[in-house]
Amino acid sequence: MNYLWIALSFIILAPIEGGLLTGIDRILSARFQGRVGPPLLQPFYDVFKLLQKENTIVTRSQNFYILGFLIFIIITGVLFFCGVDILLVIFVLTLASIFLVLGGYSTHSPYSYIGSERELILMMSYEPMVLLTAIGIYMATGSFSLADIISSGTPVIAYIPGVFIGFVYIILIKFRKSPFDLSMSHHAHQEVVRGIATEFNGRALAMIEISHWYENIFLLGVVYLFFAFNPILGLFMTLVVYFLSIVVDNVSARFKWQLVFKSSWLVAVIFGIINIVVLYVLKMGWK
Amino acid sequence: MSFLKRSPWLVHYDASSCNGCDIEVLACLTPIYDVERFGILNIGNPKHADILVITGSINEQNKEVVLNIYNQMANPKVVVAVGICATSGGVFADCYNVMGGIDKLIPVDVYVPGCAARPESIIDGIVTSLGILEQKYKDRELKKKQDKK
Repeated sequence: MNYLWIALSFIILAPIEGGLLTGIDRILSARFQGRVGPPLLQPFYDVFKLLQKENTIVTRSQNFYILGFLIFIIITGVLFFCGVDILLVIFVLTLASIFLVLGGYSTHSPYSYIGSERELILMMSYEPMVLLTAIGIYMATGSFSLADIISSGTPVIAYIPGVFIGFVYIILIKFRKSPFDLSMSHHAHQEVVRGIATEFNGRALAMIEISHWYENIFLLGVVYLFFAFNPILGLFMTLVVYFLSIVVDNVSARFKWQLVFKSSWLVAVIFGIINIVVLYVLKMGWK
Repeated sequence: MSFLKRSPWLVHYDASSCNGCDIEVLACLTPIYDVERFGILNIGNPKHADILVITGSINEQNKEVVLNIYNQMANPKVVVAVGICATSGGVFADCYNVMGGIDKLIPVDVYVPGCAARPESIIDGIVTSLGILEQKYKDRELKKKQDKK
């Protein structure tokens, strides 16, 4: 029963929070550029408008994949907040991303092809660090179960600060923020039109947008995990990370895929692996 | 209630314009005018756009392109012709290759004359087109209801 309430409140509250965060993001970005910016509720207006638009499709299956993307993103978040195994959460998230890529490939448009291929490269770039995050949290707390990680009260960040830095680096990829917005950014319309989302409009585009809100809330939940020993500090740090991502979004230009790939693996090695090796040696000693 | 008014996304196409009107359209996005205040985004993808903003006149080479963009847009949609060339062909009307204004090819909802059209009048034209967009949405919903009966 308890899980049901968590699941329901995640399904209802996450898009509201995610939408508001996106609204704040758009206002802050506008202020950085010396503009007034849209109203706070603009992301909601956008999504409601998309639901009112005509739905045109190129391939019959394309909206099915996007529905799969939305459903599996929701399942990822529900599993995460219900406190199951962190590895399960990570692999369900990967499954959701694969649905989005399949949706992009299914439309047979050159732009969504480029977008999907870039999305696969982005996945290849961030997956090692996501796995290292799970391993690091396991090393720090001795458990993969999220419920145990939260209830253990371990200051996870004190054990794995390097993993945290690496995770913040790849969270920018997952947020689809500026140096890494290769696959479906509307700022790149001279380059890839809209990447994966090029051929989706109306309801399907609204679903992509809502999935993105769910995903953002889930990712900020992982940031919270590092500071779970102190809930107020945890919530504060999620906002700090989100604000940081907006700043980075506004001050940087889009990377080429080679640089995204190399830099994120380099960060994974330097901050992730070294941190985990040091922690291993400290805990186990040289044997 | 329709949210089309609150979040109009536009796609801008330069049909043999001299670039004067194009620069004025882009000026609307700058901090001085900032059309994102109204939720207006220059989306660059016809499939996502609600408003087609065309500058310049139709000629034999670009009529296919304009038709293609127009047909890809999802209903309800409106067309705004910006600048005197887009409304009537302007000084180029008598050229051998120019067919005339945009309305020779696709239905235009709002005409914004001027050479070049000022950003204020472009924003005014786009805001006017939002009323038409709203009306088109209502007509479409009415038609849907009637079709069901």
